[in-house]
Amino acid sequence: MRWVWIDRFVAFEPGKRARAVKNLSQAEDYFRDHLPGYPVFPATLLLEGLAQTGGILAGQAGDFRHNVVLAKIHTAQLHREVYPGEMLEYEVELVDYRAEGATVRGRALVGTELVAEAEILFAHVSPDKTTGSGSAAGNFVFTGDLKKLLGLNRLLPTQPSPSTTGPD
Amino acid sequence: MPSKQEIYEKVVATLVDSLNVDPEEIRPEATLQGDLGAESIDFLDIVFRLERGFGIKIPRGELFPESIFQGDPEYVQDGKVTPKGIELLRQRLPFADIDSFAKDPQVNKISDLFTVEMITRYIESKLQAEEVTAPSAS
Repeated sequence: MRWVWIDRFVAFEPGKRARAVKNLSQAEDYFRDHLPGYPVFPATLLLEGLAQTGGILAGQAGDFRHNVVLAKIHTAQLHREVYPGEMLEYEVELVDYRAEGATVRGRALVGTELVAEAEILFAHVSPDKTTGSGSAAGNFVFTGDLKKLLGLNRLLPTQPSPSTTGPD
Repeated sequence: MPSKQEIYEKVVATLVDSLNVDPEEIRPEATLQGDLGAESIDFLDIVFRLERGFGIKIPRGELFPESIFQGDPEYVQDGKVTPKGIELLRQRLPFADIDSFAKDPQVNKISDLFTVEMITRYIESKLQAEEVTAPSAS
């Protein structure tokens, strides 16, 4: 199973901003333990979702050549708990971008209500700088059919691709 | 062009934000890693904040060069930086206090060259250079 904490991108402006959604279902395993009898979406996973939205925005800005690795969360404010049945919307904007990394500012909303915000720093790790084999080698972040999975193919400007897969 | 003191104060504010340290802990001679607890990733963060705060561009490796000696024995021998290595340091880190370092040039003390004063001098020179190229800007 992939460690994917967003369901789909709903807007994507390359190099500028992106919006993704995450639906919270009672059927997700962690709600049984977090917390027993009082299911709340773990704040760490909310931050992970924001970071994934921002990380893919930053990754796309570099044409997915670098591994974009979460390096530092400067600030994170959690304004209220989030519950099963709610839909989170992650809005991120690219604040800084350079060859070595990127900073994004993100907000998580339920409807129009702001539930969390954070500023996140990413570092770029070039695939040729990674060592080892298997999943730790080369480009270990943007692997597989991530773009299709997250609906990015529909939102990004069309690029010539050898893929014959039609729109989903 | 801001005064050196104004630049210093802004550098201090940047480091307070980035490293989550108290302003009182910061002195001009404080070293980023030894005294202020910066980790490697913080250097990228500091560069971003300085660029934003001062409206300047900091080319990669200009303020915080990565692996200056690349393990070359011409520059480092028996854990000490050679005279040739000291010359290279003067070129790559023109704003660091190389004279003090040269008295006991242990290679594992290189990180002590990255001080608050060094950043301040670097920013000052950057802003001066911009003033020269754009003299009409206020």
